[in-house]
Amino acid sequence: MQNEKITYISAKNKWFRFNFKELWEYRDLILLFVKRNITTSYKQTILGPVWIVINPLLSTVVFTVIFNVIAGVSTDGIPPFLFYMSGNVLWGFFSSCLGKGSSTFLSNARLFGKVYFPRLAQPIADMMCSFINYLIQMTVYVILVVVFALLTPSVQPNLYLFLVPVLVLQTGLLGMGTGLVISSVTTKYRDLNFLVSFGVSLWMYITPVVYPVSRIPGYLRPVMMINPVAPIVEIYRHAFLGCGSFELFYWLISLAVTVLVLFFGILVFNKVEKNFIDTV
Amino acid sequence: MDKNCVIKTEHLQKEYKLGVIGSGTLRADLQSWFAKKRGLEDPNRRIGSKQYEKGELFLALDDFNIDIYRGERVGIIGANGAGKSTLLKLLSRITSPTNGNIAYRGRIASMLEVGTGFHAELTGRENIYLNGAILGMNRAEVDKKIDEIIAFSECEQFIDTPVKRYSSGMFVKLAFSVAAHLDAEIMIMDEVLAVGDMKFQKKCISKMRELAVDHNRTVLYVSHNMSTIQDLCTRCVVLDHGKKVYDGDVDEAIKLYMGGDNDEFFSYEYTDDKHKNPVRRHDLNLTNVKYNGRTTNLFYDNEQMSLELAWENLADIPSLSLRLEVQDSRRMPVTSYLIEDFYSGKKGETHSQKFTFDISKLASGRYTVRYVFFNKRDESLPYEDIEDAAGLAFRRHMSETNKRPWNRAWGSVRLGNLLKLDK
Repeated sequence: MQNEKITYISAKNKWFRFNFKELWEYRDLILLFVKRNITTSYKQTILGPVWIVINPLLSTVVFTVIFNVIAGVSTDGIPPFLFYMSGNVLWGFFSSCLGKGSSTFLSNARLFGKVYFPRLAQPIADMMCSFINYLIQMTVYVILVVVFALLTPSVQPNLYLFLVPVLVLQTGLLGMGTGLVISSVTTKYRDLNFLVSFGVSLWMYITPVVYPVSRIPGYLRPVMMINPVAPIVEIYRHAFLGCGSFELFYWLISLAVTVLVLFFGILVFNKVEKNFIDTV
Repeated sequence: MDKNCVIKTEHLQKEYKLGVIGSGTLRADLQSWFAKKRGLEDPNRRIGSKQYEKGELFLALDDFNIDIYRGERVGIIGANGAGKSTLLKLLSRITSPTNGNIAYRGRIASMLEVGTGFHAELTGRENIYLNGAILGMNRAEVDKKIDEIIAFSECEQFIDTPVKRYSSGMFVKLAFSVAAHLDAEIMIMDEVLAVGDMKFQKKCISKMRELAVDHNRTVLYVSHNMSTIQDLCTRCVVLDHGKKVYDGDVDEAIKLYMGGDNDEFFSYEYTDDKHKNPVRRHDLNLTNVKYNGRTTNLFYDNEQMSLELAWENLADIPSLSLRLEVQDSRRMPVTSYLIEDFYSGKKGETHSQKFTFDISKLASGRYTVRYVFFNKRDESLPYEDIEDAAGLAFRRHMSETNKRPWNRAWGSVRLGNLLKLDK
């Protein structure tokens, strides 16, 4: 009946010792965190989960008015509302993964200071919450795409749609990975905390969310597309709406960056979690 | 690791940096680092503070070695800052040691705080699942235990109410119930029962005892409440400034922790620098105290205590009263001896006064005494200017011939036999 497994704790903590098995044993905890976040975040609100959909719809309306109607940025012949919504929904998912990931240590310091569980459970749960929000938003988006596709010939969903699950997973992991790196540094230096909030909105402007890649001048394009989120957003939009293009080269770079960032993120997170409570 | 050993630590050490950790901003740290590289003075050093030196490190736990065996209930006591919580934090993997190793067998369920991870908006039932998962139980395990947990927590009625509506007592009860029903082999508790009512505390203690005795669980318990330590533990560790100073018998440990400086003294000179807590009132300064004509503080059978106190008057004293407060080894008050209006004197005089008091009704054991001087004034007014000094402890023993059975758990005062009435 008794568990005989021996756990060793030593002063040296190795850079490359991940305990993924233990993380798996705590999968129920991850699910409960997700459930907790979802059931509690809209307590005592009138509209409740409807807010999940209202947020991107409202900002899409604002984008449409500002960038299309006022600034006159072209949308490659796609209905502007749909064009902005596509970028908005995916970017929203990315920035939410990044934001929550980057505050993992600071916002959970109290909990982490009192009980042990694999710390990675927290950002993973946060990412899954963001994913569920994203799914709801995407449902609305897909409905819009279908409606527009029937009405407007320029909207052409295509076979690249099969790449969408990969793109979404990549977005989540890239966001979380970046968040983990930032969270590991913010335990000691709070500077980055300030950077994150406005850095994310700046990042959005260097990503083709509110403008098509075709509008980027040729000489700038290689630089802009190094940004790992740029190809994802572009391919995502290409798959649903048929605008823009699929450029394998940039996407491969983006995939490689994602893997690197995630690996590095988990690495430093793993290193920092052992002692962060002493410096937070 | 020995087969029955469940926790083993070797040369465990935890170091903390004193003062502000880093300067908190990247810019300042880079600046300091760059200045140091060039051999310049740190621009972020506070004026007047010494250059960084090793002394700024603080050892919260120093070379701590222990082997804890299956089924043991180990109490950990020590003053604030002795390293108790640091030890528990290391064992529960909240932070990692600076040096040394820990090995433990099985799972550890730690409860360093009441209701960690409870979410105010969730109901009691939802929180049981959440808290169980945080403590390492999976859903199936909680499902099996949930009825038991709810019954133990005495919160059946409110189990589907958000815990933000709970009283703090109910909160503790629920939180403890979850922890107590874990299947963990090792249970760590840090002074968490204090909030519950007496009845529930008793229940928790007996639950922990039951877990240890019937299920071979190991319990580590930190508390400042010596009675619960005495009730629960089979072994006790005393920590002082990060070091283990005692490990073994519970009563001995409590005595060591509780005992003041004048534990074995039969006379004592109060000087300000040597004694922790002398009586020094605005009108009186206790100078020394002794048990007259003795070379030990051990008293046998029905011996009369003969105590002599000496003091000097710092002001005119119109009326002085004295109370001798007697406490048992757990520092629980046993009784007091009183004398009122026994002295008056002028400023500058010194006085030495003998007293006697009867200890024949006290059970054998060790007692500590505090001397409280006060001025008794008008009956309607409260006593004034009460200050106390740790006094001479005394031990009362029964000689072999006089030994009647008495268990300390029955109490400290033997008032006599029960008399039979014939109708």
